[in-house]
Amino acid sequence: MPKETIFAQGNEAVVQGALYAGLDFYAGYPITPSTEIAEILAQRLPQAGGRFIQMEDELASLCAVIGASLTGLKAMTATSGPGFSLMQEALGYAVMAEVPCVVVNVQRGGPSTGMPTAVAQGDVMQARWGTHGDHAIIALTASNLADVFLMTVEAFNLAETYRTPVILLLDEVVGHMREKLVIPGPGEVEVVQRLRTSVPEGTDYHPYLAREDGRLPMSDFGGVHRFNVTGLVHDMWGFPSNDPAVAYGLLHHLVDKLENRAETLARYQDFFCDDAEVLLISYGSAARSALHLVEQRRARGMKIGLLELNTLWPFPAQTVRKYCRGRGHVLVVEMNRGQLHGEVQKAAEQPERVYLANRYDGVFISHKDIMQVLHVVLGKGV
Amino acid sequence: MNTRRYIRERFFPHLWCPGCGHGIVMSALVGAVDSLGLSQNEVVVISGIGCSSRMPGYLDFHTMHTLHGRALAFATGVKMGRPDLTVIVPMGDGDAAAIGGNHLIHAARRNLDLTAVVLNNRIYGMTGGQSSPTTPEGDRSTTAPYGVLDPSFDLVELARGAGASFVARSTTYHAQETRELLAAAIAHQGFSLVEVLSQCPTYYGRKNQGGDAVAMMKTFKQITAPAGSQRAAQDPGLITRGILVQEPRTEYCAAYGELVRELSGHEE
Repeated sequence: MPKETIFAQGNEAVVQGALYAGLDFYAGYPITPSTEIAEILAQRLPQAGGRFIQMEDELASLCAVIGASLTGLKAMTATSGPGFSLMQEALGYAVMAEVPCVVVNVQRGGPSTGMPTAVAQGDVMQARWGTHGDHAIIALTASNLADVFLMTVEAFNLAETYRTPVILLLDEVVGHMREKLVIPGPGEVEVVQRLRTSVPEGTDYHPYLAREDGRLPMSDFGGVHRFNVTGLVHDMWGFPSNDPAVAYGLLHHLVDKLENRAETLARYQDFFCDDAEVLLISYGSAARSALHLVEQRRARGMKIGLLELNTLWPFPAQTVRKYCRGRGHVLVVEMNRGQLHGEVQKAAEQPERVYLANRYDGVFISHKDIMQVLHVVLGKGV
Repeated sequence: MNTRRYIRERFFPHLWCPGCGHGIVMSALVGAVDSLGLSQNEVVVISGIGCSSRMPGYLDFHTMHTLHGRALAFATGVKMGRPDLTVIVPMGDGDAAAIGGNHLIHAARRNLDLTAVVLNNRIYGMTGGQSSPTTPEGDRSTTAPYGVLDPSFDLVELARGAGASFVARSTTYHAQETRELLAAAIAHQGFSLVEVLSQCPTYYGRKNQGGDAVAMMKTFKQITAPAGSQRAAQDPGLITRGILVQEPRTEYCAAYGELVRELSGHEE
């Protein structure tokens, strides 16, 4: 496959990234503004020898994805707010059973049915804490098509590396906007394949016994190793256990494998940050307006920069703390009531200098919206 | 047959109550698999949540204990991923007909080659005896202390209506028949559902003066009759047993594989 340049929609960039990463199974249910992902895959997957199925609801969609993943396939589903709510049950199962899979949530206005065709970033905390119980999760995001592609590949890579569901948390603007996308050639972007056990047939294979490096090699359903998978607290055999030591160890493992690697998992980009007195922190489509403002103000001599986060969870607190250090003002730009703002405040050494520029009315935040807040923050009036 | 070959003895004793019928169904299922000569590596057993759903853990196949009601959805992913594998889905009556009702009707409609085994004890056992969609009208449970007000589901009719291409019913009293029906269901190309009436003396029996396990099994003998038999014809109040639906219909994975071949020349 030679390098190819296309003019595409964000949702199509997800499809391109997923196919590049080796997607071979998709199950989903139609919902705005993510539906194009299902529509394009319904056409492309059977052509490529992959499998596509439209399920009866989002509950079933993620369950089917988990089942397919256990047979060794790279599997994904895509949805938006209400469907993401329904998926929380199976998301927790994938966390607990450590099944690699990718869940795309193209965010729209909420709560409930909210504003189906309007942009929002209100599911940031749901991505982190939507499913019940203590757990850790990976959530990635992007603001442009090149990054949507890369973060989709990355989502599959991290899912396989850490045996975890990965959430690709996009938003309506990124999902529906169109721009140029250069599809990398084969080998240009790393694609991580599943780590399978080297335990030979006839020798006991423990599906939940971590290697020294913390990774758990897998064995496909239908292969030579037969084991149990459950959403209950389980031992190294995958068999249910009520032993407090087993429960303690499992919870530690599930949280630590990601939270202890927060900085390794941190994907971010900085723009004009070196001498910036004002630091904007943003992500997803909101980061486009933030970058617009930074470039515009830099042209007029203002010392302003942008930290764009591509990893939202686990939250890269050390990175954010480092970037916030010594700045006059930090402004978090997002389209919700301050869901990541609170995390930045927790991370920053001077939380009183962390402000919020946001919109939550279904309208895409503009550089002017951010500038208005910045004026107030800098004491220049409204 | 060497039953122990199919059992994970490491995980015994099982958690089913004394007198529970589920062990009889498990034994019949193992017997069915054995009679078909399937290799253990070719069989996947996937359950939801409930008493019956603990079955896969005890069986030495590829096994999955999933979410309440959602076993068929997980099974759909497994079967699509590996159409060559035999996928068996033991379910409870609450699991299949209440929380999983939507997945059940769509699995039947799609005709994916899955074998759903509904162990119908007419009660929620794991949570301590609440009524399920198959608790007969008027019977008692901890959540229906004055008797169930709503009519119960007939799982066979539900599956037939949803388009299942193979539907059968038996009881734990008829263990040999259950084994044969399960073997026929597994061999069937397409979605199959086998309902097995299973006794729960601990909750359903106690709440409804059903007696002990033996008495409840004898009741299964009295209230059922083979489909097409003279007894069944004479008494329409009896519950029919045997193969009740068997219609060849295109299996979903086969249809999908055909589509892939048409589009790309790829072999599924």
